[in-house]
Amino acid sequence: MIQIGNYAVALALAFCAYAIFGVFYGAKTGRRELVRSGERSVYATFAFVTLAVVALVTLLLKSDFSVEYVAGYSNRDLPFFYKIAALWGGQAGSLLFWSWILTMYGALVAFRNRNYAGKLVPYTLGVLSVTAMFFLIMNKFAANPFTRLVFDHEGATRIFTAPDGRGLNPLLQHPAMVIHPPMLYLGYVGMVVPFAFCMAALLARELGSGWIKLTRRWTLTAWLFLGTGVLLGGRWAYVELGWGGYWAWDPVENASLMPWLTSTAFLHSVIVQERKNMLKVWNVVLILATYLLAIFGTFLTRSGIVSSVHSFAQSSIGTYFVVFLAIAGLAAVYLVVSRLAFLKSDNQLDSYASREASFLFNNLILLAACFAVLWGTLFPVLSELIQGEQVTVGAPFFNKINVPIGLFLLFLTGVGPLLAWRKTSFTSMRRIFLWPTLAGIIGGALSVVLGARSIYPIMSFAISSFVLVTLISEFARAARARMRNTKENALAALYGITATNKRRYGGYIAHLGFLMLLVGFTGQAFTTEGWGEVNVGEKFTIGKYEFECRDIKDIDDPNYNGMSATIALSKNGKELSVLTPEKRFYPASEQSTSEVRMYHAATEDVYVVFANIKEDTNKAVMQVWINPLVSWVWAGGYVLALGTLVTLLPNRVERRLTRRKKAVENLLRETDKVSAA
Amino acid sequence: MKRQLRFAVGIGVVLVAIAYFAFAGYNEGKAYYKTIDEVATLSADDAEKRLRVAGLVKDGTIERDGRELRFVLAQSIHSDENTMVVNYVGTAPVPDTFKDRAEAVVEGKRLPDGTFEADHIQAKCASKYEAKYGADAQHPEGVDP
Repeated sequence: MIQIGNYAVALALAFCAYAIFGVFYGAKTGRRELVRSGERSVYATFAFVTLAVVALVTLLLKSDFSVEYVAGYSNRDLPFFYKIAALWGGQAGSLLFWSWILTMYGALVAFRNRNYAGKLVPYTLGVLSVTAMFFLIMNKFAANPFTRLVFDHEGATRIFTAPDGRGLNPLLQHPAMVIHPPMLYLGYVGMVVPFAFCMAALLARELGSGWIKLTRRWTLTAWLFLGTGVLLGGRWAYVELGWGGYWAWDPVENASLMPWLTSTAFLHSVIVQERKNMLKVWNVVLILATYLLAIFGTFLTRSGIVSSVHSFAQSSIGTYFVVFLAIAGLAAVYLVVSRLAFLKSDNQLDSYASREASFLFNNLILLAACFAVLWGTLFPVLSELIQGEQVTVGAPFFNKINVPIGLFLLFLTGVGPLLAWRKTSFTSMRRIFLWPTLAGIIGGALSVVLGARSIYPIMSFAISSFVLVTLISEFARAARARMRNTKENALAALYGITATNKRRYGGYIAHLGFLMLLVGFTGQAFTTEGWGEVNVGEKFTIGKYEFECRDIKDIDDPNYNGMSATIALSKNGKELSVLTPEKRFYPASEQSTSEVRMYHAATEDVYVVFANIKEDTNKAVMQVWINPLVSWVWAGGYVLALGTLVTLLPNRVERRLTRRKKAVENLLRETDKVSAA
Repeated sequence: MKRQLRFAVGIGVVLVAIAYFAFAGYNEGKAYYKTIDEVATLSADDAEKRLRVAGLVKDGTIERDGRELRFVLAQSIHSDENTMVVNYVGTAPVPDTFKDRAEAVVEGKRLPDGTFEADHIQAKCASKYEAKYGADAQHPEGVDP
């Protein structure tokens, strides 16, 4: 298996190199058969990386501890599922996984466009292959997961097999953690595809909205995966890390957020290019930034240049990344600058009260947010370079900037889609925004009545109400018009309008999801926190909740041991739930974890952590958080995903066009045959 | 041209606002990285600042009292020089990775008596995830990161 893995990576590397040559040289000189062979090499690369992944998974499942990676990230008693997850549990394996997803995307692009005759797709495959080549070189030379365990014995190097592995980091032994990395990778790596199309468009000098139309679904899919991955990461942190929150502005969290911000900006600004032929350079820059940030994020996680809870082992791969980032960045900038003449805008901005202007500000603050996050993340490194002293900025910095940005963005979510292109007249503005504005004022006032006292939460509830009413009125107006025409009932009409204009209404659903996310974030302003020390039979109270300790017992599992407490939770004398928070110790990795237990009330989570046992009194210390509105964050994530999926569905019009195009092509082929005969 | 200028003003206003928030947030959240020996010799001025100190948790020094926690943070686990008593007063429970010999980063202030009052602790399990398996196998007692 070790040999198979090693040869598979080597062959993948060879085919990848040939693919680069084939597609670039073939497309440039117009040799169709060369391009074809290049495309086949793209498939072959994917096949061999798949083989390497299969080999590594087999080694993990067989617990072959003569392999350094297997010994380092798995152990005999690890459950089956987590043995597979160990594939992305460590540095070398996760990089191989990266290559696998990337080459899979390459094969998909080749397959979906197999009948394409121009230069755009071959060039795209070329750019994808160059990126894949970089990762494969690392798989082969810098972080090879098939390296055997060796030790020095009197000057000679000998291989050996470890008796047992050191286990997967117990913090990673959680279902969300099994899905989170693949999602994030699908997102990160997916962003390489629109980037590759963009670079191909620059190379081929085909810079209309063609490449944007070809990549819309790729971008949206990658964006969906990335966002889901980020949220799952937050969810994992919330249920697994036991500090009561889901986002800590940790460098690695930031690294995943940054490409999400730039790609969100990109998704919006391409609409302006499609509709108005504006912002062409801007879109190129956005997708380039997204790509670089995705690679940079992968690098940040692994290089250890900033300290983070996520950092993998420090190793030499940092240098590889810096070199690759520099080359990719310079090449892309050169391409953009040399093609500037093709990227001229056809239109200009007219009015603040226009759709274009709202897109402009949306982009501006998304980029500002991204820049602030980047700056804050790298501040320790930058301050050391400049002042010779490392300074960190911490959560207050990120919150101070991103809270107002989030609110402004939410406001734009309500305003933007309702404004007309070019210019909206004052009278129509009054008509559109009268009710939403009133709703906003009522929402803000209501939040004060319900206990909000500081400015941001009040603003958040006011703006949310405003946006909610704009969204409802958009759906209602269109549905009513349809009901008049088709005599359908309301539900059928809602379905009808969404199905006929999936991009628009899917977008609105996504906006609703974003609104719910922000409402969830606002809940953080109202968190209550406390703790109690209890023996069996004792009680403590936090907020409106009472906690009674019914039992504390030892637990024993082949994979871990520890203690479990049974806590009865009640409110106003009524028992709500029985929670069993645990404190575990994993012998293989010599690490302990807290298993958080939660009770989800309608509007808040009661979050209980078994902190420790107090030595002198032998009492259990329970740490409790009462977190309002957190479930809105996850629900918002689902709605956001649903909206994105709706926009991804093929449109009827599009389908009709494809059918027509096929018919025309068939006709042409027939006439060709006739004329040839 | 006038129209472009109007948008430039709008963009400028947004950027200035963001820069203001950035500056305010920076002043609120900044913390200076110091090593343990630097903390010991801080000037009175610097002692007012929020500090961030990295080190290793010295074996057997962790004392817990309910939520409060005291331990000795050391530059190296093999030597008694350059150590600092840390008093953790934060609200969140310390991370699970926090234990003897773990690599820890504490954030807080130095008190006049020389102890360190931390309200934030990050910990990484040093021995396993830093050292390579092979390297560790040669030094069963563990290696310094």
